[in-house]
Amino acid sequence: MTPSLEAVGLTKRFNSFTALDHLNLKVEGSKCVGFLGPNGAGKTTTLKMFTDLIFPSEGESFINGISVQQDRKRALAVCGDLIETPEIYPSLTPREALEMSGALRGMRPEEIRSRSAAVLEEVKMTEWTDQKVGRFSKGMKQRVNIAAALLSDPEVVILDEPSTGLDPRGMAEVRSIVRGLKKGHRLIFMSSHILSEVVDVCDDVALLDRGKLLFADTLANVSQRLGGNTRSVEAEFAAPVEDSVLANEIGSLPEVASWSRADARRVTLQVKGGPAEQARLLRQLASLSMGLISFRESRSALEEVYLREISVGDA
Amino acid sequence: MSADVAPARAGSLPIADGAIGTVPGTIAQAITLSRYQLRDYLRSRRFVLMIAIVVAVGTILTTLVAYYRPVGLIDNANNLYGSLWGGGAAFLILFAGIIFGGDAIAGEFQNKTGYFLMGLPLRRVTVYAGKYLAVLVASVVSILLFLAIVVGNAVFYLGVGAVGDLGQLFESFALALLYLLALMGFVFLFSSMFKTSLYAVLVVAVLFLFGFSIIQSVVLALTGTEPWFLLSYVNQIIAYPLTGVPEHVARATIGRATITNYAPTYFEGIAVMLGYFFLTTIGGLLLFEREEFT
Repeated sequence: MTPSLEAVGLTKRFNSFTALDHLNLKVEGSKCVGFLGPNGAGKTTTLKMFTDLIFPSEGESFINGISVQQDRKRALAVCGDLIETPEIYPSLTPREALEMSGALRGMRPEEIRSRSAAVLEEVKMTEWTDQKVGRFSKGMKQRVNIAAALLSDPEVVILDEPSTGLDPRGMAEVRSIVRGLKKGHRLIFMSSHILSEVVDVCDDVALLDRGKLLFADTLANVSQRLGGNTRSVEAEFAAPVEDSVLANEIGSLPEVASWSRADARRVTLQVKGGPAEQARLLRQLASLSMGLISFRESRSALEEVYLREISVGDA
Repeated sequence: MSADVAPARAGSLPIADGAIGTVPGTIAQAITLSRYQLRDYLRSRRFVLMIAIVVAVGTILTTLVAYYRPVGLIDNANNLYGSLWGGGAAFLILFAGIIFGGDAIAGEFQNKTGYFLMGLPLRRVTVYAGKYLAVLVASVVSILLFLAIVVGNAVFYLGVGAVGDLGQLFESFALALLYLLALMGFVFLFSSMFKTSLYAVLVVAVLFLFGFSIIQSVVLALTGTEPWFLLSYVNQIIAYPLTGVPEHVARATIGRATITNYAPTYFEGIAVMLGYFFLTTIGGLLLFEREEFT
């Protein structure tokens, strides 16, 4: 069966505030979907309704076609989730917490043992296996939580900002874990507001703002959403660039749609076209012998679309 | 991926292959959960606190008996059990209920442990029942320790022969268990009502330590009727197997005033405790079923 998550008219109101407004979204197949949106957009609210932590005011959510609201036990049987930063009973060790999680899921003791060892190794917590969780830092607890979410090798994985509380190395490790999860027959639905994280690991994105879905598409299609197919590129030079040079020699290049100065040595260029045009522009800038020392996209396509869509919502 | 309005569902589909294991039934899950919850309790400071209270109460009672050596108490097993066990059990059960059960449900929200549990494929009733079982066992372990202290005293003063009189003590212990069940239902009701553990613990503690006594006095003074509906009143029956059943209504005349004292009957006591157990347990569960992890 193809793993799937579906929201049908999913709405959540807290008194007069509508946190989520008739969300209709279906994601299916073996892939990673990034669920994006600014703070307060309704991402966590949506994920909590997918895991029955809160109840919809209207609508329904489905995991593999099973209604979470009508039969949470069957719906969550194929799902591993991590919502916010859960706490584990402080006197338990990671081994015991995973034993409990596995036993409640109906895993056999030998399965629990072998999978516990594997997931604890994956989250780099092997040496803490028999220490009490109550003594752990927030980041360490989050690693154990991730291990628990992956313990049963679930078909559907729901992650709510999984790198929360982790240091930069931990965040990189989480990205690596999520990339590893994609190798299996598995749907990963991951909320995040770290765009680079989403670009790094996700295949599709869904953007939510103020409780409404703005778009849901593949990352490849998101690039096409950029008006005129332009990208922002930042070029840095070893010495200050004079205005006349910027206007006449750089600004007049055929690939440059417009330019602005970031500071004396750095300029931001709007480049027409895709990677081929960027490569040509790079060669031309280098050939100007102005001491070009760096050339990189200042924002990803996703970031461009994100900021544009969110600002449209603000207006 | 589609963001269109999806057609309405026509029922649930079977669980897909892929997940390891078959999810156990609700009762099996509740027992599993209670095992780990109990493990957490037994390793926690609250268990040490409860044991310290039991030992302190046991030590005080033992010291008083040893110092005064009251005649009629140290030469009669039932009298000794009645004084020590009957005097201390209800008090310790109250503490056990509050210490272990006060935050049982509220703590799931406040400490966020509920986010770990509720992401698993189990029903809320499983969590409720699992925690109920764990609190029950942790409380019974504490009460059994007190019972051991009481029996130890009896053996010390009356010899090993005192153990032969345990039958009535066990009857009393069974009534104490019923009281514990009723109290836990009450504690779980308030624990489900609040998302903050402290409120749940405070409300139950204040009600049992002061509130019910005040209500009992007010009811007696203003209406002259028996406060049969109070759990703190009917718990007197715990000592009955040891001390005998007192007169249900006893009137004493002092000068021109007539003072009426009530003592619950077995029937009243058992019925009220069962009533509290069922109503408050179900009420607490209904509240927990509707509470959101916001």
